[in-house]
Amino acid sequence: MSNAAAHDDHHAHYGVPGYDPVAWKMGMWLFLFTELLLFGAVFIAYAVYLETYTWHFTVGSAQLSIPIGTFNTLVLLTSSLTMALSIAALQRGKKELSIKLLDMTVACAGLFCVVKAFEWGAKFEHGIYPGSEHLLAMARGEQMFFGLYFTMTGIHALHVIIGAALILWVRARIKSGAVSTERITFLDNIGLYWHLVDLIWIFLFPLIYLVA
Amino acid sequence: MTTQALPDLGEVDYIRAGGGPWSWEWLKTTDHKRIAIMYLLMIVAFFFVAMTLGLLMRAELLKPGTQFLDGAAYNRVLTLHGVIMICLFIIPSIPAIFGNFALPIMVGANDVSFPRLNLASWYFYVAGAVLALWSVGAGGVDTGWTFYVPYSGNTDANVVLPMLAAFLLGWSSILTGLNMITTVHRLRAPTMGWRQMPLFVWGIYATSWIAVLATPVVGITLVLVLFEKFFGVGIFNASMGGDPILFQHMFWIYSHPAVYIMVLPAMAVVSEIVPVFSQKRIFGYRFIAVSSIAIAAIGSLVWAHHMFTSGMADEGRIIFSFLTFFVSVPSAVKIFNWLATMYKGSIRIELPMLFAFAFMFLFSIGGFTGLQQAALSVDIHIHDTSFIVAHFHYTMFGGTGTMFFGALYYWWPKMFGRMYNKTLGMIGFVLFFVGFNTLYFPLFIAGLKGMPRRYQDYLAEYQGYHELSTYGSWIIATGLILLVLNLIGCMRWAKWWGSDAETNPWNAASLDWRVPSPPPVHQFHEEPIITDGPYDYDIPHLGDDDSKAAPAEVQA
Ligand code: HEM
Repeated sequence: MSNAAAHDDHHAHYGVPGYDPVAWKMGMWLFLFTELLLFGAVFIAYAVYLETYTWHFTVGSAQLSIPIGTFNTLVLLTSSLTMALSIAALQRGKKELSIKLLDMTVACAGLFCVVKAFEWGAKFEHGIYPGSEHLLAMARGEQMFFGLYFTMTGIHALHVIIGAALILWVRARIKSGAVSTERITFLDNIGLYWHLVDLIWIFLFPLIYLVA
Repeated sequence: MTTQALPDLGEVDYIRAGGGPWSWEWLKTTDHKRIAIMYLLMIVAFFFVAMTLGLLMRAELLKPGTQFLDGAAYNRVLTLHGVIMICLFIIPSIPAIFGNFALPIMVGANDVSFPRLNLASWYFYVAGAVLALWSVGAGGVDTGWTFYVPYSGNTDANVVLPMLAAFLLGWSSILTGLNMITTVHRLRAPTMGWRQMPLFVWGIYATSWIAVLATPVVGITLVLVLFEKFFGVGIFNASMGGDPILFQHMFWIYSHPAVYIMVLPAMAVVSEIVPVFSQKRIFGYRFIAVSSIAIAAIGSLVWAHHMFTSGMADEGRIIFSFLTFFVSVPSAVKIFNWLATMYKGSIRIELPMLFAFAFMFLFSIGGFTGLQQAALSVDIHIHDTSFIVAHFHYTMFGGTGTMFFGALYYWWPKMFGRMYNKTLGMIGFVLFFVGFNTLYFPLFIAGLKGMPRRYQDYLAEYQGYHELSTYGSWIIATGLILLVLNLIGCMRWAKWWGSDAETNPWNAASLDWRVPSPPPVHQFHEEPIITDGPYDYDIPHLGDDDSKAAPAEVQA
């Protein structure tokens, strides 16, 4: 190395992984790829069966409530907005505001899950749940539709819950100062994850509710 | 790079540091070298468990009729053998052990990008292993390692545990892959360009991408089967409108790329060993590096060749058949490059090199027989016969398994600072090689004559092949036990034989051979400055055309 001073600086730390925002982001993106492929596989299954049972899927989809689905879509979109704003706030050093916006994001996540639970509950009351006699008596295509409906929204809801837990975690870390304007990558990454969860819903919504 | 050692600062090595070799500290370590050793112990142990199961099956097949395993027991042993060999041995073997140990050093880093995540991967592995063993306690599983529906959905056996095991093991390899990719990008010594990376690094890098991109698909597929078991969602259940063939597609979309997860690292090790023991610059560096990526890409498009007989449109079959022929091209490119590297080199016959020879021989047989199956008309006849059993053992075991042992012999001196007994190693190698061919070659012929796979009984006319094969299994087992004895016996605490290893016993030029053996906890205190390629051996007398062709300034 030509610069001896810089050399000494690095001496103790050379090559030891420390805080490296680029690496953290890269790791997160790789992880997001795996999530996309995971859902991608289910989407493929969905595509195959939509092709096979187009008519039954239409019938099944008609039994879902579009207003409720739309409402939940708006809830998630809002949460993505508050998430993005929270990152922007912390970037500008507004710690309190950032935390408040995270709270709103979690509230949206909670609302989403509650609505989802009611939606599932209503279906259960009509005797439509995996393995139920009522469902088994339906046409195969409809069975498949509802099977996919519960599988896809279920796995997605699980992601919403995990996402909310992660947000609470990063919130605690912002509070303690471990995540700050200077070390913001952790929040950035949770934000990325949250947007992915949102994005997947954006695909799920038309696929499940708007089959015509 | 030169082959000169970095200055040895007399630091305590990674084994003796932090509580020494026998302390609980290991379970909390984030040192990539220690994690590699922990993988090594687990993986070798599981190999021998599964080998014992294989020997059991072979013993049962010595004679027609039932010896000591009835059909149901045979199926369980078969499944367990397959699951352990695939998920617990061959997939993690080279990336998790040697990727962890050598890759960071080779790129001039002191650890991987996410050391704690790395430790977490190891715990995922252990959790998966525990579940797999638990499933044995719960009565075993008889589905075969492929878990094909509808059988896996209906069987009384407890398929939940091995499926969860496979899921966790998948995550372990995804996280390791993620770590390797970021390490190569972010922690590579600033002066090391992409074209100065050792080919082992390229191979692990390509493998990691496949692991990250393909594993989630099989993960979710297994989860969907579990949903059927638990909740009655019949995505693959024909009586509920599902399609069992879809399971096969989704299974092989991962599991075929997974065979490249298995073999690319092995090829990467060969690319390291061949130039070192020929003391000649690798021939066609760029072709080898690019062919790894090409295999990763094309390999993702050939999954349906496992399903030629499962019911598929003819167009689909022809396309998949063509792609399957095509994917063999980059593999062949590598073989020719290795041969060209050896040409006029000063070849030293050491154990790692012998295993590399064995790899080329056995993997070529595996590859050629693979081409035979890629031909649709032939495949109809040999599908599900012992021809397939021979084929995949030749590729996976003869290919990756062989190179795993080769890599052990290659890096052992670096890992533990001890050199094994070479004569003993030679004897073990001969037994391994002879035993291997005796064990599996007869199965090709028996398969062509119609011996089905996954059968515990057979007609008397096949007995000769089966007997031969079983004798082979005893020979190879002896060879492998010798191999492990040799490695254990040379350790510092045993010292039955062997000697202390030098820093660079092979006169290699990559960075891993310039740090002390075994390396200290922090192998690099300063940034290593890379001025030339990883295969530039400074031996002035070796003046053949090829290694002199490129003047030094090219690598500056
Ligand atoms: C000494 C070592 C080994 C012996 C004696 C052995 C023996 C066997 C035998 C007898 C079978 C059953 C074939 C049948 O009835 O269809 C089998 C299947 C299998 N082996 Fe091995 N094997 C050995 C090593 C390996 C290795 C290293 C791997 C992986 C890399 C492996 C992977 C498999 C797989 C995947 C199956 C198929 C299981 C299934 O059909 O579900 N084996 N082996």
